[in-house]
Amino acid sequence: MAFITGTAGRETEPATAAAADPILSVRDVHIRDQGTGREIVHGISFELAPGQAVGIVGESGSGKTLTCRAALGILPDQLQVSAGSITLAGHDIAGLSGKQWTGLRGSTISAVFQDPSSYLNPSIQVGPQIAEVIRVKKKVRRREARDRALQLLRSVRLRNPENVYSQYPYELSGGMLQRVLIAAAIAADPKVLIADEATTALDVIVQAEILDLLAALREDTGLALVIVAHDLAVVAQLCDQVLVLRHGEVVEHGSTADVLYRPRHDYTKLLISEHEQYGLDRFLDSPRPDQA
Amino acid sequence: MSARALVEVEDLNVHYGLGRHRRQVLDGVTLSVCGGEAVGIVGETGSGKSTLARAVLGLVPISAGRVVIDGLDVSKASARQWRALRRAGVLAYVFQDSLRSLDPDRSVGDSLVEPLLIQGIARAAADARARAFLDRVHLDADLLGRLPGALSGGQRQRVAVARALVTEPKLIMLDEPVSALDSANRVQVLEILKGLRETGVALVFISHDLGSVAGLTDRIAVLYQGELVEVGPTRAVINAPRHVYTRLLVDSAPTLRSAAAKRSARESLRALLNP
Repeated sequence: MAFITGTAGRETEPATAAAADPILSVRDVHIRDQGTGREIVHGISFELAPGQAVGIVGESGSGKTLTCRAALGILPDQLQVSAGSITLAGHDIAGLSGKQWTGLRGSTISAVFQDPSSYLNPSIQVGPQIAEVIRVKKKVRRREARDRALQLLRSVRLRNPENVYSQYPYELSGGMLQRVLIAAAIAADPKVLIADEATTALDVIVQAEILDLLAALREDTGLALVIVAHDLAVVAQLCDQVLVLRHGEVVEHGSTADVLYRPRHDYTKLLISEHEQYGLDRFLDSPRPDQA
Repeated sequence: MSARALVEVEDLNVHYGLGRHRRQVLDGVTLSVCGGEAVGIVGETGSGKSTLARAVLGLVPISAGRVVIDGLDVSKASARQWRALRRAGVLAYVFQDSLRSLDPDRSVGDSLVEPLLIQGIARAAADARARAFLDRVHLDADLLGRLPGALSGGQRQRVAVARALVTEPKLIMLDEPVSALDSANRVQVLEILKGLRETGVALVFISHDLGSVAGLTDRIAVLYQGELVEVGPTRAVINAPRHVYTRLLVDSAPTLRSAAAKRSARESLRALLNP
């Protein structure tokens, strides 16, 4: 079994793995609208090793979501990767058949998006929806799938997982639904999880809980993360490297510390100054780590 | 008290539903806002923030306690007294969803002028005032003829702010005014609100986002499950929060600092709140 459950604090391993074997490589990807002929994404590159986290920030329409959809093989019909390549766990995704994609989605790459309620069937209890993923992907019996689903609900820190299991989506709050979605997304032990504005619609406290949960999953299981957000601070919470996108172009790409504390591009500087003007940082008495 | 209280809320209780569906939404809330003061009300979804604003505005019935606006006890005010109070233009409000707070079939200009015409101001004077206030929120007079649907979210929220300002109220109540806006528009609207502080209008700023509240307010009140758990000067509440919930709120706000150290702090605060 290729999936290894690591322990927290194994700091050195992801670094060596990074040098050897990225789980996801995006190389100079361009995305074009076949209908209008217009290119929307103009060359995005990054590499993600097991246990690493990359953040993608930028305003709406900057190409963040399209890049993620390309990596998941779910670009809208008229859009196409017109140049560059994406390699997922050693497969060049350009050559993948529908059947191969079905094999990879869920068990190699998985995603959670902004509006959790639209990804769950409103007329089925949430627990069985997760169990179904496990039953199909892991080819296990119903009973075992149910047990594993309960375990997942517990691992995403839902209180009373037994109760939540038999509740319908409308009975749960946004934060609880997003946790259910994360449980479903990690049900088949993927290597890469894409969180596309997954906490944008949530209250600050719930947002922090979800981000902490993703950080813990990453440490405990070696899950690699792609965190997409328009808020630089959200990305700063848990990513090693950050890409700043604007109008389909990467204006800055580097380690989180470099991008946050030594930004080179004006747009990155603008994002940081917007946050500093109205983020909480300015009002906290203790200095920032780089200024300490 | 040096400045006179513009709004006084005393031991306010509000509940929704009846019988076994009865749910207490506000429980013994006491808070006052003085003229020219800016007070932030923070808390999570369901904490009762919006209900508090609505109770003060007379939009939800009060179960117990008192609300006094500008010296007038409005707890038992008749619909007629409320209408008179609203027409006097003492209080104004801006909600999160500007599409719903502006009449979709009425042009920006008409929306701005209407409250002035109701107050008996002549058309020409009202038009001039509408233009002046549109300028105050940095919008072009060209927008006067447009319908709200033809504006961007940021423009629309600025129109809603201009409409709240146009009668020159003593207090503006803002319920999540920037939550639906992207960061550039958010900063712009917050800058406008900050500029208002100098005009001497009192602000009540309701939000779950401590960062935007911090930049605008003198005092912060923290609502948790319908109760006011902490009230104090903004800087003190943020840097030395006393209640566990406030501590978690402060530690949960995304900042540009590394979060790793705060994770374990948050874990223990959550355990304290939900034993």
